[in-house]
Amino acid sequence: MDFKFSERENLLRKTVREYAESEIGHRIHKMEETGEFPMDLMETMSRIGITGVISPQEYGGVGLGFMARTIVLEELGRVYAAIPMAIQVHHMACAALNDFGNEEQKQKYIPPLAQGKTMGCVAVTDPSGGSDVVGMQTRAEQKGDKWILNGRKCFITNSHTSDYWIVIAKTAEGAKGLSAFIVEKDFQGAKVGRKENKFGLRGANTGELVFNDCEIPRENLLGQEGGGLAVAMKTVSDAGRTGMAATALGILTSVLEEAAKFASERKLYGKPISKLQAISFYLAEIYAELDICRLLCYRASWMRDQNMRSDTENAMAKWYTCDAAFRCAKKAVEIHGSYGIMREYKVQRLLRDAMVTIPAGGTAEVAKIVMGRAALAPYELQR
Amino acid sequence: MPDPKYWAQLKIDPETKILIREGIPTILNPLDKHALEAALQIKEKTDAEICLVSMAPSSAVMVLREALAMGADRAFLFSDRSFSGSDTLATARVLSAGIRQIGHFDAIFCGDFSLDGSTAQVPSQVAELLNIASVCHVESIKWSEEDNFIWVTQKIEHGDVTLRATPPILLAVTKEINRPRHISFLEIIEADEKEIRILDNSGLGLEPKTIGISGSPTQMADLILHKGQREGRIITGSLTEIVQQLTERLTQSGIL
Repeated sequence: MDFKFSERENLLRKTVREYAESEIGHRIHKMEETGEFPMDLMETMSRIGITGVISPQEYGGVGLGFMARTIVLEELGRVYAAIPMAIQVHHMACAALNDFGNEEQKQKYIPPLAQGKTMGCVAVTDPSGGSDVVGMQTRAEQKGDKWILNGRKCFITNSHTSDYWIVIAKTAEGAKGLSAFIVEKDFQGAKVGRKENKFGLRGANTGELVFNDCEIPRENLLGQEGGGLAVAMKTVSDAGRTGMAATALGILTSVLEEAAKFASERKLYGKPISKLQAISFYLAEIYAELDICRLLCYRASWMRDQNMRSDTENAMAKWYTCDAAFRCAKKAVEIHGSYGIMREYKVQRLLRDAMVTIPAGGTAEVAKIVMGRAALAPYELQR
Repeated sequence: MPDPKYWAQLKIDPETKILIREGIPTILNPLDKHALEAALQIKEKTDAEICLVSMAPSSAVMVLREALAMGADRAFLFSDRSFSGSDTLATARVLSAGIRQIGHFDAIFCGDFSLDGSTAQVPSQVAELLNIASVCHVESIKWSEEDNFIWVTQKIEHGDVTLRATPPILLAVTKEINRPRHISFLEIIEADEKEIRILDNSGLGLEPKTIGISGSPTQMADLILHKGQREGRIITGSLTEIVQQLTERLTQSGIL
């Protein structure tokens, strides 16, 4: 086992860290105030390769894979987690197109996404709930050479900033009755709905997509008819859960930095509070949690790059890292005392952001169902 | 140079007075990044080739790889235990010997000073040893290909000076000259293929007494970490008196 990053991965990390600190850091306040994702960031992010990090070079991407993507998202998240939140969903759209698209679809849709000319999103969740995918209400019916889509998708990251939407809809009953479609925002009958006002990850846009007799050309069916569940599951697991985990990993990195810095500077009883055992235990726990999460996230990404099935590892990385980011952010706020709840201090934002990562991209409970199945599998086979 | 984030951990060997760099990451001197950007901007308009030179421990390969990813074409690292403890003059001897060995050049771009030593002596010393002209505090460079003149704006105490020069020349730049570009991932991939040649002193052939501690007329005596401390002072009196005292103090401190 080799736990070392390559020279290239280290340079990649350094590059993204410098980019995030110089280009995003000073814009956080405005994003927090307005709740808007600044679209001009797409241009600089694409110039570096962030938008196309997992997309193959033949489709305008960089083709560096999922480990590189995790490093990228982690470093962006260390500075401001709303950005990797938006970008990881953008990557989900790229991944769905690359994994399930035919050659024409790949050539048409991946290059503008990989090169950051526009954004993408993946819309699975209906107002009836995201965890019960099969029970969704959004329907598509075939009429002539078109699919007619009706329904509503909610809590969709990049809803109002994307031009290309990967939408999962019901085309028949049952688990094999879901299909995936590539919807362009300008298609007749497609529009954006409500824009959400979240308390965390504010710089990432979240909202509704509404379809009223939306006309989708037949060739925009993504994958097989009835293969929508596979598109949703693979995309959410491989790109969504690992992306959410990496975003939370960035938050956790920042949590440790803020907590350790404050504890070293703040003096009580004539010495820095880091010298108090109670505080040092808090810091030790955050430190260990960060390391555990890094190992979980990197393993899941590494497995994906090796084309190994990693549903359980993705679920574990997502559940544990998002939860740890929240637990540790709470500890960091406590270390800060009353300062921790003041808007001037970063830790309060880290706590808010970490909280939002928990239900996003699949709830903790759904992740546990995946892990529970894996835990029981060997024993069920013996029965 | 050693990463400033780790300067608190820097120590010097009590006997040799040499900086102990083991375990301290190396970074590209920030001003050298501006120098590289200036060279890259000229490369974009000409068919220039950019060659990086550095005297550093072998761990600096990573730093050179970063600079290659920015757009430089190839790199030379002069690395030898006998270079350890070199002061500015001994460093300049190594760099100039290395540059001479690489061959023809039109211009040498470097930062005005390094963030760690901050002596600002190496650029002029290298130019002197190579017997070429040099300009320091460079804030802008314009290369006229038609007549091969280089127009340089140099910052001086109370203004700017515009100079016209011909190659070969050494230009030591300030941070005002430009904003270094971000590296792209594709450039990182391409940099893997670019050449980094590591040369020790057997390749440069410098006299042992001219390099390292024995070749250094100056040596570090001690290393003290500066700890900034805030000094609180309460000014009393009427509003006018308070403002007067405050402005006096700020003037004395050189802030106003």
